[in-house]
Amino acid sequence: MNENIRRVVSVIVINEASVLSRVTDLFSARGYNIQSLTVAPIPETKYSRLTIVTKGSVRVIEQIVKQLHKLIPVLKVFDHEDFVEKEMALVKFPADERLADIAAICEAYNGKIVNASENAIIAMVADEPQRVTNFLKVTKRYNPKEVVRSGAVALER
Amino acid sequence: MQISGAQMVIEALIREGVDTVFGYPGGAIMNVYDEIYKQDKFEHILTRHEQAAIHAAEGYAKASGKVGVAMVTSGPGFTNAVTGLADAYMDSIPLVVISGQVPMSLIGTDAFQEIDAVGISRSCTKHNYLVTSAKDLPRILKEAFYIAASGRPGPVHVDIPKDVTAEIAEFDYDFAVELETYKPTTKGNPRQIKKAMLAIAEAKRPLFYLGGGVINANAAYEVRDLVHKTGIPAVETFMARGTLRYDDELLISMLGMHGSYAANMAMSETDLIIALGARFDDRVTGKLSEFAKHAKVIHVDIDPASISKLVNADFPIVGDVKNVVEEMLRLVDCIKPQKYEPWRETIKNFDALHPLTFHEDSERIKPQWVIKRVGELLGDDANISTDVGQHQMWTAQFYPFTRPRQFISSGGLGTMGFGFPAAMGVKAATPDKISINFTGDGSILMNIQELMTTVEKKLPVINIILNNNFLGMVRQWQTLFYEKRHSETDLSMQPDFVKLAEAFGGIGYRVETKEEFDAALQDAVKQNKVAIIDVVVERFENVLPMVPAGGSLFNMMLLERKEK
Repeated sequence: MNENIRRVVSVIVINEASVLSRVTDLFSARGYNIQSLTVAPIPETKYSRLTIVTKGSVRVIEQIVKQLHKLIPVLKVFDHEDFVEKEMALVKFPADERLADIAAICEAYNGKIVNASENAIIAMVADEPQRVTNFLKVTKRYNPKEVVRSGAVALER
Repeated sequence: MQISGAQMVIEALIREGVDTVFGYPGGAIMNVYDEIYKQDKFEHILTRHEQAAIHAAEGYAKASGKVGVAMVTSGPGFTNAVTGLADAYMDSIPLVVISGQVPMSLIGTDAFQEIDAVGISRSCTKHNYLVTSAKDLPRILKEAFYIAASGRPGPVHVDIPKDVTAEIAEFDYDFAVELETYKPTTKGNPRQIKKAMLAIAEAKRPLFYLGGGVINANAAYEVRDLVHKTGIPAVETFMARGTLRYDDELLISMLGMHGSYAANMAMSETDLIIALGARFDDRVTGKLSEFAKHAKVIHVDIDPASISKLVNADFPIVGDVKNVVEEMLRLVDCIKPQKYEPWRETIKNFDALHPLTFHEDSERIKPQWVIKRVGELLGDDANISTDVGQHQMWTAQFYPFTRPRQFISSGGLGTMGFGFPAAMGVKAATPDKISINFTGDGSILMNIQELMTTVEKKLPVINIILNNNFLGMVRQWQTLFYEKRHSETDLSMQPDFVKLAEAFGGIGYRVETKEEFDAALQDAVKQNKVAIIDVVVERFENVLPMVPAGGSLFNMMLLERKEK
């Protein structure tokens, strides 16, 4: 009961000024944890979808869902049970690293080289967050200069 | 019709049936004040501090059951109002607070009297708006009133830039509020209610745990009916005082940190808590792991987030308390009141063992005596506000409340300085009742400037200071838990409260004996003027019983028995 569990929560909100602050303020005010957060408008509607990865006890997760519901511009909250989850990462490697090796690893992780310039190679992967983490681990030896992760997005099956 | 944003504010207030607005003007809100000057549909009460305007609106809302309205300017006008917003948020008081803002073109430039008002109020309001165009104003104002009063009530803040109040746009107020994302559940699930009633019928030692939500929902009389038809004893939270009459056989008393022995023991021994509009606050439960260990829980609340937040509910019922209690009354025949006779007997014995009382003193007036005495002299004729501290707890313990909305106090936030302006709002809402503010020598100075407002507007609040020359509640904790190191709580340095009242045009009384007190109170009531009755009381009196913070509810510090 008091054990912390990782949860993915999607929140459908009216796409209006300061709605994101309402959500993030709620998390900080009540001491809830945000591991990642993504947000983008839902096409052809007035809504946006937030995907929040959080951690907490069962009671805390239940409160997070209820408190999110209480915010006036929140339409729906999904506490995902059975879902597909993906995250993207971009990684910049020095141009003198072995391009073929990096490309091969990318392929194993659902990714590819998306840009190569005289200074750097940029690789992209899109996979489950844990697999993205693994990708970053494996490619460490190619001296990545910069890494950016998108945060997870999820859809219920 | 095409009117300015400022005129829209006035029109909206009129159509919402507002008869009193509390506020304080300033640069950014001047267009609206210009329209206030031109109208005669509602009264504006100029408080002498913005914080007081919000507390007055709270008092007005709590006494009347209507939405309280306050108006302030940008920057410091707004920041002064924040304590009031937070107070209303914690105690679920419906308010619409309108603030001026610098013109749109200046927002974000650190302009004169600019502050990110909606950024600040976000965490202490039910909802807030920054209005960016006059054409949105009718919708926003109508939503603000709707959101404030519906569901779990609360304050809504509307921030309006100065140029928006000058902008001309179409005003149409004849539409129904439709918020796709906000639909509070008011009707309780019938199957769940039935299950709850069966659980009550099976319980041996059930207990009503009544909270402020009962009063907010205007459900006190239905709850009285339910309590009487079931024969089940009830405890009230601080916020619920007045739900049952003080002399109701089935009312045990207030529970919690300063609850009665019988109320706290009943809560510790019950096998079924019937929580109605109560939220298991830490001041009520004491140590959670030891709280009502043997009890199952029926929890009725309009706010789903209050259910199973701190104490797990076996029978969660989301809904308006009034609606749910009416449903329960329809099923009340399955409950046999005589079944609980032994349980009622047990509670009577608890009460006989350690009744809620105090020891009289022949030398000095005891603070509790003052409260009881006001109860004897004024009783139902008075509405009672309080500030925060020892006097507040004694009021909740000893005043003979007879009806809901009679007791107005700052429970959740515990805001010193609440009482006087709140009592002013109470007087404005219920002019035929005497408005009493029980206060302390600490609290009263936190909004003392309202002597001017109340004198000017002829709102005769009677402030009764239980003067112990201490910041009494903090002093009590220092005595008990800090080895009597009374750090910064000695308030022996005091103004002459009699002269102070007189300086503002009120009446002052200094009272040292019971006879003097009776005479002062009767005179203040007769004169019907703003008054301060400064009562010298025993300095070192403690509020008892007391459950030390974090302790178990059944482990109370009790009043020592006096040998007869």
